[in-house]
Amino acid sequence: MLDSKKIHELEETARQVRIMIVQMLARAGSGHPGGSLSSADILTCLYFSVMRHNPKDPSWSERDRFHLSKGHCCPVLYAVLAQMGYFPKEELMHLRKFGALLQGHPDCHTPGIEVCSGSLGQGLSVALGMSLAAKIDQKDYRVYCLLGDGEIQEGNIWEAAMAAAHYKCDNLCAILDYNGFQIDGRVADVMNLEPIADKWRSFGWHVLETNGHHMAAIHKAFDAAKKTKEKPTIIIAKTIKGKGVSFMENVADFHGRAPSSDETGIAMRELGGER
Amino acid sequence: MPEMLYARDVYGKTLVEIGQKNSHLVVCDADLSGSTRTSLFAKEFPGRFFNFGVAEQNMMATAAGLASCGKVVFVSTFAMFATGRAWDQVRNTICYSGLNVKIVATHAGLTVGPDGASHQALEDIAIMRAIPNMNVIVPADGPETREAVFTAFQTKGPFYIRLGRAKIATIEQRPPFKLGKGFVLKEGRDVTLVACGIMVQEALAASDELAKKNISAQVINMPTIKPIDEALLIEAARKTKRLVVCEEHSVTGGLASAIAEVLSEKEPVKILRIGVKDRFGQSGDEKDLLREYQLTSGAIVAAVQSL
Repeated sequence: MLDSKKIHELEETARQVRIMIVQMLARAGSGHPGGSLSSADILTCLYFSVMRHNPKDPSWSERDRFHLSKGHCCPVLYAVLAQMGYFPKEELMHLRKFGALLQGHPDCHTPGIEVCSGSLGQGLSVALGMSLAAKIDQKDYRVYCLLGDGEIQEGNIWEAAMAAAHYKCDNLCAILDYNGFQIDGRVADVMNLEPIADKWRSFGWHVLETNGHHMAAIHKAFDAAKKTKEKPTIIIAKTIKGKGVSFMENVADFHGRAPSSDETGIAMRELGGER
Repeated sequence: MPEMLYARDVYGKTLVEIGQKNSHLVVCDADLSGSTRTSLFAKEFPGRFFNFGVAEQNMMATAAGLASCGKVVFVSTFAMFATGRAWDQVRNTICYSGLNVKIVATHAGLTVGPDGASHQALEDIAIMRAIPNMNVIVPADGPETREAVFTAFQTKGPFYIRLGRAKIATIEQRPPFKLGKGFVLKEGRDVTLVACGIMVQEALAASDELAKKNISAQVINMPTIKPIDEALLIEAARKTKRLVVCEEHSVTGGLASAIAEVLSEKEPVKILRIGVKDRFGQSGDEKDLLREYQLTSGAIVAAVQSL
């Protein structure tokens, strides 16, 4: 359990992360704010409270692994990694530019990025491989993988889901950022996923459902996942696409559009940040 | 009679041999471990073998995850599914990250035989070769398969090694495999026959036949298709001025294309292609298929005489 001071700290960090997301996307002029903002609390909780890792030694063999399967939401990961000190924060301002450390989708040459991603549906398999490697080596590190809701329409996800349960990967924890929107609109309209929890349960997973913006609840879910034996866990985190910026919330258009200059000003005021 | 071996038998045994000394070797298969012979490894090292069922995409991306944790991962299934079904995973997750995943695909080409067109991979070299970071090898016989598998294990980065289903004759006095090198098996003046895989035997037979017609045909075994041996190709082009490239693959995008890409820029000469000419395969025994698709020493002789 987290005390209220720690919760407040994490919430404050998440606010800073959201500010960085908006700033870097405004500067880049393209990218994906909606799903970055919806998963900001989840990633903040993971990196600042849950995971065992060392920014000074990104390849530390005992580190917990994180893999961003929904690679287009890398701004949130970049913000968290920069805040942690994996690379200088100035790099955020070169996102998506020629020669930049921070590519439009995650590249393994960036400190803190384990494996390249961007083509959807493959990340849960990558995480499964990391989980199996830990089992072979009898290491106790855990593997975390963030999935998008539109992303789990990919068949590869369900192949991986089957295999992770088959191999009883209890060191694997997936998180579904269930914000309900994808590029073409509401997930429920484009390609309905419900009943999501039942689907994962039927594939042999331990399923937890939580509010993906409630820091204590997120942390509690990660704790419960750690205690689960013989099964992989998925945390279905109900979130709001574009969370924290009023005009981006639940707007499919901001799946993949950077804010204009005026919009950035409004967003910064709402988040309590400077231009 | 030369020794006849299943390259996939050699592959399975080589995995066991490597596995005995190297605990970081991991092997994956997708419900074809009996056919690909990864079952030999599975039997010896069950804790380092994973069967993913009929799910090649998951297998490839999972192999990437294993490799990111320091494992050298050999992944096997039929060539059709390893390359076609899972191409995006191979490109975006394995090769883009430059990971130590070695895809050893069996049952490539027409000689799959009775299973027919859906199982006869004829485009796999083309689509693997096009991916940055990927190395592509087509061994010519059993012993070369062993050498190529060892090389792939020892060399950092992704590999595609293409094996067939049927037994192949062991080539006598074959120089040992070296990544990125082609080998002159027989010297000649008038034309160069460049071949890989089972077509090396056909090229050697064609060369013997051509000698009877007073045509001196040099034969090159080109097991590494990527990175290709540019120096040897340029030398051969300068020496014989004409090349015939022989492969059990489509004439589009395979060995012949790789050679044409080099020589058209550096030493333009006439190149004829012996391969499958923009067609699907079909059921049949391998001899009938090779004859129908003109992958024979006779077809090579005819091509040389047409030059």
